[in-house]
Amino acid sequence: MDHWRMQRWLSDHQQGRLSRRELLRRLSLVGLSTPVLASLLAACQGGEATPAPATQPTPAAETPTGATGALPDYIDPNKLDKELNFYNWSEYIDPEILTEFEKTYGVKVTMDTYASNEDLLAKLLGGATGYDVIVPSDYMVSIMINLGMLEPLDYSIIRTIEHIDPANLKAYYDPENTYSVPYMWGTSGYSYDTSVLGDNLESWKEVFEPRPEARGKVVMLDDQREVIGAALMYLGYEINETSDEALAKAKELLLAQKPYVLAYSSQNNDDLLVAGEALISHIWTGDALMSQAEKPSLRYVIPLEGCTVWQDNLCVPKTAPHKYTAMAFIDFLNRPDIAGRNANYIMYGCPNKTAREQGYIDEEVLKNPGVYPPPEVWQRLQWIKDVGEEGALKFDRLWTEIKTG
Amino acid sequence: MAIVEQVRPSERGAGWLQRLSDAVRQRESLRALLLAGPGGLWLLVFFLLPITIVFAYSFARRGPYGAVDWSFTLENYVRFFDWLYIRVFLVSVWLALLTTVICLVIGYPFAFVIARSPRRWRNALLVLVLVPFWTNFLVRTYAIMLLLRADGLINNALQWLGIIERPLTMLFTPFAVVLGLVYGYLPFMILPIYASIEKFDFTLVEAAQDLGANTWHVFWNVLLPLTLPGVLAGSILVFIPSVGAFVTPDLLGGGKVVMIANLINQQFLTVRHWPFGSAISFVLMAIVLAATMLYFRLGETRRI
Amino acid sequence: MTVVPATTKTLATVRPARRRLSVGWSVLWLNVLLTFIFLYAPIVVMSIFSFNASRQMQVWMGFTLDWYVRMVHDERVRIAAQNSLVIALVCMIVSTIIGTLTALALERTRFRVKRLYEGAMYLPIIVPEIVMAIALLVFFNLCFQWLDQLFGLRLNFGLGTITIAHIAFSFPFVAVVVRARLADFDRTLEQAAQDLGANDWQTFRYVTLPLLMPGIIAGALLAFTLSIDDFVITFFNAGVGSTTLPLEIYGRVRRGITPDVNALSTVMLLASMILVLGSLALQRRRST
Repeated sequence: MDHWRMQRWLSDHQQGRLSRRELLRRLSLVGLSTPVLASLLAACQGGEATPAPATQPTPAAETPTGATGALPDYIDPNKLDKELNFYNWSEYIDPEILTEFEKTYGVKVTMDTYASNEDLLAKLLGGATGYDVIVPSDYMVSIMINLGMLEPLDYSIIRTIEHIDPANLKAYYDPENTYSVPYMWGTSGYSYDTSVLGDNLESWKEVFEPRPEARGKVVMLDDQREVIGAALMYLGYEINETSDEALAKAKELLLAQKPYVLAYSSQNNDDLLVAGEALISHIWTGDALMSQAEKPSLRYVIPLEGCTVWQDNLCVPKTAPHKYTAMAFIDFLNRPDIAGRNANYIMYGCPNKTAREQGYIDEEVLKNPGVYPPPEVWQRLQWIKDVGEEGALKFDRLWTEIKTG
Repeated sequence: MAIVEQVRPSERGAGWLQRLSDAVRQRESLRALLLAGPGGLWLLVFFLLPITIVFAYSFARRGPYGAVDWSFTLENYVRFFDWLYIRVFLVSVWLALLTTVICLVIGYPFAFVIARSPRRWRNALLVLVLVPFWTNFLVRTYAIMLLLRADGLINNALQWLGIIERPLTMLFTPFAVVLGLVYGYLPFMILPIYASIEKFDFTLVEAAQDLGANTWHVFWNVLLPLTLPGVLAGSILVFIPSVGAFVTPDLLGGGKVVMIANLINQQFLTVRHWPFGSAISFVLMAIVLAATMLYFRLGETRRI
Repeated sequence: MTVVPATTKTLATVRPARRRLSVGWSVLWLNVLLTFIFLYAPIVVMSIFSFNASRQMQVWMGFTLDWYVRMVHDERVRIAAQNSLVIALVCMIVSTIIGTLTALALERTRFRVKRLYEGAMYLPIIVPEIVMAIALLVFFNLCFQWLDQLFGLRLNFGLGTITIAHIAFSFPFVAVVVRARLADFDRTLEQAAQDLGANDWQTFRYVTLPLLMPGIIAGALLAFTLSIDDFVITFFNAGVGSTTLPLEIYGRVRRGITPDVNALSTVMLLASMILVLGSLALQRRRST
């Protein structure tokens, strides 16, 4: 059962919005036995009692107000800090949303940016403190959890989590969403120019064994796991496979492909596609959308053999100085209208189901199967996972061999 | 002469400053301390100490998930001595050498011209050389990419002029990397050489010519030896950073030209193997330092 | 070294050197011209594309001033530019002072550990940026912890740590440049001054320093350039809210270099050119 729901009920009860009887009724409905209930309640009485302003106990107010401009009533303005330090990817949030948060909550937001998970981790590992909200990707969340770097989230504050699509929740790296809330997600397939290569490309084959007209015009991402992973998936293995045999075959494939590769680039691939210098490129969803906007003949494909899925998440580091505000911010970001606006601005997949259903997201984008693939396509999406030290070294060596080969 | 006017003999012997400077003049060690002190201190605290920590890393192991596990090992160094990695190192050295030579060939005449221009133009010219470098490095690199692309401005111009038929492949090749490195480090060559040529006494040139030396002899036997410090300094300032370049080979090489700093970055960031990354760094540093010292020794003997 | 002894020919018999080298001079000036074209071509391209109506930098889609407007309103960029400038100026001044002192130490004094000192001076130039970046990050962090424990002094990363880091890696560059100038320095002028009655400080101030000035200026400009463009070391040692231009721009590259970044660079270019030409015009006016 969703433990954050339980947290929220308990908090509502403490703040006087939920009567004891109602609380007990709900808890028993989810199957908790009476002794457990009793001890739970006892523990709560002794716990943090928020001196909440006397509000009318609203009957089971589970859905936070969607109206912007109003501070939700479960957020205590006395607990909010004056400032918040947001450490995010560059251009990964609509600046107007930040301004709105600042006005509504009376908090000054300072946003710093980074360009890769590794930079983020290296910085935090090196001892940088002061960041309240960070946005690591899936595998990075898993690493950070293992290193004990993240603060468990308080879902009595982050109530908007219930708007998130269940498909995006409970991912392998944080099965109970104890530490992370999905922010944006996407895939890493490939984009190609339909005007030259036709409409029907569906397989990784087109990338690894390109047609004559595409040779020398293939671009791959500059990412060990993505590229080797794609090769593994094409060869029928799993993306996290580390056996020597599999890697040897991947190496062969990638070295054979190399003469046809124009560049390994995660940043210029969209530019090269738009300019026509590349005809087919390994690319992330958001970049694919952007280049499609500039050149409509481009089409994004989630290949048949499999494709990486990744998800960026909102987390609070253990060293965050403003934890309450951080979580209030996360809650704010997941309001359907806010989430929708954000998704439209940065053009990645929005995990906020309510936003999609209530029409806050662009029609065009919603219809794009590359961004919001149908359930059957979800079957072939794979997560990149941490493969341990030995695996990491093998991948690294293989990658060096390919790039210098 | 201006110097005579400015010296006031009556000031001599006055005050604590003079006593201090007397003491400084007499005791070499005190003078050395005052001069070498600030730099040495800054270096010690803000460089050597931090680096020692990283040096210590190179003898540690990689912890799970990438933190550092403090158990002594030499495996990181051993791992480096593998043809795969050594080849990357050699490629880096080779590209850096090319860069240095090209910078020298372009930069020396350039510095010469500036040093010989009318005095009031000199500073302007120097600054004009540097001004492009006060825009952002990444932006400049992207602009270079734009020029070098198959459908880029240079290829288009050449094709329009009829000089070539099919576009030249310039981008994403070692050629582009060297071009980018030369572009990025040319001022580092020009400035020291300029500083050296500027104080050169050109009457020596005239004297040599009167003795029958042709232009080449004048250059090789008079100008170059006396401006050698500038040449050495410039070479060092170009070669060393070039060996350690990583953005340029990444962008202009399309990820296909791997230099040693790319490898080091990979270790620190992607693989999160700080110990191995440190080990590679220190091997690099040791070799480059040794080469630098050697280069200077050679330079010194040449002058004598 | 083959030093050509001074001759005692009269002026009448000295052939004008310029005539002999005239062919050489046109080749030299050609080199200068080509080099300037080489240096400025990408800059010009960048400026042109700052007026491009397309977001991508690859295709020309029409003239617009939108990006400039956008850039002016971009507060992050303004703060970043401000920070970068301040840091670079401070770094330039401090590095130049320390670097010059170091160069003097290396060329003019002898002490026992000099060879070691000299070698150590090259290390910041040799060390890969990421190593220095992470080394400083870990080091500063340790220092902050100790200072907190021992003195209750709570310091944090910020513009200060960035500046310190920049100075650490740029003063050796200054030292190398100034040293090149100091080597083979004509000491007779200094000796002459002292014979005329100048004390050490006066000699230094009125003789040595002016003669060193071109080298010092060259070093200072180098330090400024190094600081204003640094990314890796800055990234790891920046505190919350202290952003510099390279950090901003590198971060945005993930979504492609947008023309507003080009616009910014063009503005910086124009600003520095105006600044420089302006100060040179001032100098010229003063000297006439």
